[in-house]
Amino acid sequence: MFSNILIYFVIIPLLMLAGFALCRNDKQIRAVAVIGSTILIAMSVWLLVDYLALRQAGETAEMLFTGSWEWFGPLNICLAVGVDGVSIAMILLSSIIVFAGSFASWKIDDARHFFMWLLLLSTGVFGFFISIDLFTMFMFYEVALIPMYLLIGVWGTGRKEYSAMKLTLMLMGGSAFLMLSLIGIYYHSAPEGGQLTWNILEIAKNDAISQGWQYFLFPMCFVGFGVLGAMFPFHTWSPDGHACAPTAVSMLHAGVLMKLGGYGCFRVAMYLMPQAANDLAWIFLILTGISVVYGAFSACVQTDLKYINAYSSVSHCGMVLFAILMINTTAMTGAIMQMLSHGLMTALFFALIGMIYGRTHTRDIRLMGGLMKIMPFLGVGYVIAGMASLGLPGLSGFVAEMTIFVGSFEAGMKDFLAGAGSLRLVFTVIACASIVITAVYILRVVGKLLFGPVQDEHHLQLTDATWWERLSVITLVVSVAAIGCFPNFFESLIKFTFSPELFRAIGL
Amino acid sequence: MEPVIPIIILALPLTMFLVLGLFGHKMSHPLAGVLGTAGMGVTMVLAYITAFTYFFSGNPEFIDADAHTRLQSIIFNVDWLAFTDSLVLRLGFLLDPISALLLVVITTISFMVHLYSNGYMRDHHGVWEKGFQRFYAFLSLFSFSMLGLVVATNIFQMYIFWELVGASSYLLIGFYYTKPSAVSASKKAFIVTRFADLGFLLGILVLSAYTGTFNFTDFTSTEVAEGVYRVSEGTAEGIRAMIQNSAAPMFMGASVLTWALVLIFMGGMGKSAMMPLHIWLPDAMEGPTPVSALIHAATMVVAGVYLVARLFPLYLMEEAALNIIVVVGALTALYAAMVACTQIDIKRVLAFSTISQIAFMMVSLGVARPEFHHGLGYMASMFHLFTHAMFKALLFLCAGALIHAIGSNDYTAMHGLRKHMPITHITFLIGCLAIAGIIPFAGFFSKDEILTATMGHSMLWYVWMSLVAGLTAFYMFRLYYLIFWWKEHKVPEGHHAPHDQPWTMTLPLVILAVVSCFAGFVPFGNLVTWNGEEMFDSVSFFTNFKALDWSVASISLAVAVVAILIATAMYKKENPLPAKMKNALPALWRWCHHRFYWDELYMFITHKIIFGCISKPIAWFDRHIVDGTMDGIAYVVQRSSYAIRSLQSGNIQRYVWVYLIGALLLGAVTAICLM
Repeated sequence: MFSNILIYFVIIPLLMLAGFALCRNDKQIRAVAVIGSTILIAMSVWLLVDYLALRQAGETAEMLFTGSWEWFGPLNICLAVGVDGVSIAMILLSSIIVFAGSFASWKIDDARHFFMWLLLLSTGVFGFFISIDLFTMFMFYEVALIPMYLLIGVWGTGRKEYSAMKLTLMLMGGSAFLMLSLIGIYYHSAPEGGQLTWNILEIAKNDAISQGWQYFLFPMCFVGFGVLGAMFPFHTWSPDGHACAPTAVSMLHAGVLMKLGGYGCFRVAMYLMPQAANDLAWIFLILTGISVVYGAFSACVQTDLKYINAYSSVSHCGMVLFAILMINTTAMTGAIMQMLSHGLMTALFFALIGMIYGRTHTRDIRLMGGLMKIMPFLGVGYVIAGMASLGLPGLSGFVAEMTIFVGSFEAGMKDFLAGAGSLRLVFTVIACASIVITAVYILRVVGKLLFGPVQDEHHLQLTDATWWERLSVITLVVSVAAIGCFPNFFESLIKFTFSPELFRAIGL
Repeated sequence: MEPVIPIIILALPLTMFLVLGLFGHKMSHPLAGVLGTAGMGVTMVLAYITAFTYFFSGNPEFIDADAHTRLQSIIFNVDWLAFTDSLVLRLGFLLDPISALLLVVITTISFMVHLYSNGYMRDHHGVWEKGFQRFYAFLSLFSFSMLGLVVATNIFQMYIFWELVGASSYLLIGFYYTKPSAVSASKKAFIVTRFADLGFLLGILVLSAYTGTFNFTDFTSTEVAEGVYRVSEGTAEGIRAMIQNSAAPMFMGASVLTWALVLIFMGGMGKSAMMPLHIWLPDAMEGPTPVSALIHAATMVVAGVYLVARLFPLYLMEEAALNIIVVVGALTALYAAMVACTQIDIKRVLAFSTISQIAFMMVSLGVARPEFHHGLGYMASMFHLFTHAMFKALLFLCAGALIHAIGSNDYTAMHGLRKHMPITHITFLIGCLAIAGIIPFAGFFSKDEILTATMGHSMLWYVWMSLVAGLTAFYMFRLYYLIFWWKEHKVPEGHHAPHDQPWTMTLPLVILAVVSCFAGFVPFGNLVTWNGEEMFDSVSFFTNFKALDWSVASISLAVAVVAILIATAMYKKENPLPAKMKNALPALWRWCHHRFYWDELYMFITHKIIFGCISKPIAWFDRHIVDGTMDGIAYVVQRSSYAIRSLQSGNIQRYVWVYLIGALLLGAVTAICLM
């Protein structure tokens, strides 16, 4: 068991947790956080290199580094792990954000407990991405969600109890649907008389879920994960939750946790129930299509920086689910790229907002102005994040969105030419229009917040970023630029998963 | 050709951007200025070498000597992002007549602007402008993006750099970021062009979805050797046939190819400031004047023209798309020329004049047909692009010198400067003569070719464009007289009289003025034509002169002279004529002065409709209806728990009562059922 590298992605956060309990002062806590998260990054890079080497050597299995250890025999629950290009991309994303998040919460109050909960959350996240057993996957999913309640409720600002409660209850509501559908899948996981299983790969191989059951289970599963993916109309936890959460939690939440939704949607819902996914996609295409423009339009009139970003996340995450539903290799690759890209840039946004808020003690853009002159480093970081968000070539947003648009248009065209309706085409055009609205709200914020005359004279005394803040921002900016400049590396890593031979939905 | 030089041409400005952007704030001002200027100078020399090699080496990669046809040559092409197996986004370097031409134009103007800014970006006491290093970093970024745009081998690469020039334009317009007007101008420029780019993107998607390729050469050319292509109508016909044979060749009454081309042209309209997407360009004058000269006069704004020229064989296939280009161009040309006659801010006059001149290029492309003089319109358009870049950059740099000396953009603050600033005066006059189309200055030849091409297409547009040409001469000389003639203002005590500028600013003016005098003699017909075929058998210095169609040339010359005479009569000295004109046609004057209220219309659409009628209601709906439902569910759950809470009160007597009643009811029900 311990010879499998994947297990360590769960063990190291747990060891760090224990380490925090033993630490005597904040300095030691920071040291543990930095060392641990550096090890996590190193491991994910190693995993990536190892994975690519294996693929280079001609390994064509769906998942590599697989392992399965029985946990509860009677129900055939195992701790089953395995990764493909998509999970590796997500693991890399998570470790980068944990690293940047540790630096962003350098001076937090009660660091010990904060970091303990944060690392518990990370354990859940990593566990989720490495699992291929539905039951353990769900367990890690819950492990990732619950600490959020305390992290927001205790370390948050504003109406934190209300927001923490709202976020947790809405996500738990989603989990309820999810659990039902997972149990449903389990009971149809094998043909009559066969050994029931929770293992995704085996379920896919058995292909035993009847069409009727797929129609019943797919919507529940998609909605269950979709709530976390901020799908309209189940997105309202996101603005309130983000607004009250402390910096690192916002970063982790928008950067990684919301990706659990998108990842789950394609790994479980689309992969295990392709028939229903194909037939019922139109319902969710409409909902996610709405998310894309609706989030963008809402962001245009918000005045709180975090609300703007939360709505922008609704728009960008809507794009992820939207692209997954296109059931097209290119669009789905774009969806995963968008997850990576959105994760990094939104983490960057929330980090910067936290740093600005820590200085000005307000997030209302009407009360701020001309900050570029006062804190040039943070200002430039914000402009770069904004440019990534509105899809400037050379940064990550562009490659992700363009891949999605090209793929969706291809899928839409195929439908259209085959006389299968123009829904996909129409919604692709609508989604494309979001690039204009995104530009509107990003430039509005940048113009008000950073440029123009200084609004508040007290702001003139404020200082620019400290070294740990700079490190956090630079890590994220470099990652965003790396994806934007060398997209082919990431796309080919991901694309293999979506080849028609491997991904059942596409092979329809 | 070895790819080394082309790679350096692109890499050097990018490196300069990174170096100046990351370490500029630690450098001294002169170092940053010299570094940026030197970098651009080297790029310019390399671009000249490349263009010279392309045009004159006679290398079989570049010219088919037997057929006298220039070829397209892909110097390098690197996979950057593979969307699908066939749709691969590559970054490459395509060398053909128009890209070689644009390499020369961009690097020349960019170098002039780099040099000029060393003087412009500090005040009279030699104090450097704040953010000087940042300015050079952005200029380098822009030059890189623009060079990448013109050498694009495929339409998606062009889109990438198209977005990048938009962003660098945004950064440079908003260079004085503490000034609210500059901030809103930069925002406006970005959003308006973004809207146009949406059309461009959709056009690319449509075109690539049908044809399965992004490559320009696949749209327009046939391969003659590896990496070497010849523009041929056949390929474009093939593309049209491919779309016509597909399952849905028509969409809403027009062919899919027309849709794609019109959508792509929409992107060009945004960047090239064609009506109704022109509103950002006059405001973009908020940027430093050298930036206006580089981006908003000579290079970026002609990207739309370049885009149409690049896909010209495809446009030839769709008469409807070409007609749209002609109509949009002609309307814009007249509109902008009329507005230019009434503006007070000298940079805005020049901005509207730019819009009008770019519209000339568009019209010229739109009327170009291979049947008429080997596609004269296409050649004329590129010729005008070249000459216009030179004299308009000259005019803008002169305007910069004036603004630098006076400290205001309005001609009302200038008057009578010809004695104080003789060099600026002469160079500005040369620029005016060039744009007005007086023989033998540059604009005369290119404009004459355009008018000839237009006449070959339709008489209506010929008369229309001649009228606009006359208006051009009129408003330019109006501006000239108002700045350099009239009675000069008294210099307040303690101030210097305005004077000419340092050499870093003067040198570019003089160079560009000389180029504006002689650029018209470049035998363009043999260098740049739509399919690369040379127009003349032999060339000499007077080729263009001999090729003139004097019936057109004499008329246009007469129109220009008359227009200049009218301007002289009205504006050389202060007199009541302009006021009389204004009072005679008050409505026309007001509409022109207010730019036909386009800005007000856009304000209404964005603020009232998009913000007021869409965004705000959506935000309200989200908070009160969607979120309200969630809160409502929570409220109902809470209320119902309160309601049933009293059942679990812990009161034994009540439990006994409930138990007894329940038991009795159960007994009763059982009894009834048994009976």
